[in-house]
Amino acid sequence: MSPEDRFDAVVAAEDKVEPADWMPEQYRKTLIRQIAQHAHSEVIGMQPEGNWIARAPTLHRKAILMAKVQDEAGHGLYLYSAAETLGVDRDQLQELLHQGKHKYSSIFNYPTLSWADIGTIGWLVDGAAITNQVMLTRCSFGPYARAMVRICKEESFHQRQGYEILIRLCQGPAEQKAMAQDALDRWWWPSLMMFGPHDTDSTHTEQSMQWKIKRVSNDDLRQQFVDMTVPQADYLGLTIPDPDLRWNEERGHHDFGEIDWDEFWAVVKGNGPMNRDRIEHKVKAWEEGAWVREAATAHAAKKAGRTAA
Amino acid sequence: MTYEVPVAPGESANIDEGTELSAEPWPMWEVFVRAQRGLSHVHIGSLHAADAESALQNARDVYTRRGEGASLWVVRSSEIHAFDPEDISEYVEANEKVYRLATTYDIPDEVGQM
Repeated sequence: MSPEDRFDAVVAAEDKVEPADWMPEQYRKTLIRQIAQHAHSEVIGMQPEGNWIARAPTLHRKAILMAKVQDEAGHGLYLYSAAETLGVDRDQLQELLHQGKHKYSSIFNYPTLSWADIGTIGWLVDGAAITNQVMLTRCSFGPYARAMVRICKEESFHQRQGYEILIRLCQGPAEQKAMAQDALDRWWWPSLMMFGPHDTDSTHTEQSMQWKIKRVSNDDLRQQFVDMTVPQADYLGLTIPDPDLRWNEERGHHDFGEIDWDEFWAVVKGNGPMNRDRIEHKVKAWEEGAWVREAATAHAAKKAGRTAA
Repeated sequence: MTYEVPVAPGESANIDEGTELSAEPWPMWEVFVRAQRGLSHVHIGSLHAADAESALQNARDVYTRRGEGASLWVVRSSEIHAFDPEDISEYVEANEKVYRLATTYDIPDEVGQM
């Protein structure tokens, strides 16, 4: 059996491809790009929420938010670790992020203006991430699929703590409920954009589905997310900002309005409200941490010298 | 949500960018976690660190934030040796020696559980 045939057989049998196996060069490159973009998203995703750590309304909420942001850092690390099994290293991937050559999820280019945004991010942004990541636990590449299993377990905490914040706000005074509604108004459409372009405009879908990197199409995942989220908004007593949203008995799904694709592409291309800030902050953190990395290297060298002597 | 990299109209998708192989200044370590006493250590992922001590500290923070580990090992990735998956079948002969399997022996029902 040729290496190509073996690879095809493994994928067809729902078996996992492991790093040392032969794989098509395009499969390897597609995975590196996707896992890197996923890792960058986790890392940049710490910023909008980190913005509220010092302003969390109670010590309890502050502890939760710190744990969540720490998880996002951890998720980034699991993913860089998965990317590295494909022969790249994380410094190199990070450098490309800093240079603006690598992207991350556009959702993190929106600002977090109120405490209700923290609840809404947990509910919608992490909810959308879970929808996608549950699918990715069945991805054909072993290390990526395994990282997703760990991440999904932790994301459940993220989504639930966010929804609980919104329950509290919606049960509170009218001003708090209005704050929750305002957050939903601003985050709803960007959350739907997280699923990417329509299947008809998605450059990668067909090949990725064939390789079982991706198991469900963008539009199908988006529909799944809308169907799941509508009753949750109802429970909160909040209104989803889409006049075209309604249950379609015949389809057994919700119909919903068209996304503003001009906005989507503008943010993808770097013109969202926070694109520049996010990268600037990331580069600053990396540069200001240089002395820690240098000290660790020097310390390790000194200790190794002592053992040798 | 998708983690595929979107390609805007008029933009070219340079799939080669950042996918060339390269060397890393801090060595890579493989991390093994024992979930609880009585179980074996299981490989869970990798990380980079200057030395074993900081590798252990990082492994604790990255892989055991929810008490997943009763014990941690870190091993330099370069110290792990493995068969090439292409060659492994030459070393695995178990399938040809079915007489090693308990289920290949017929024991009459009257004898009972054995």
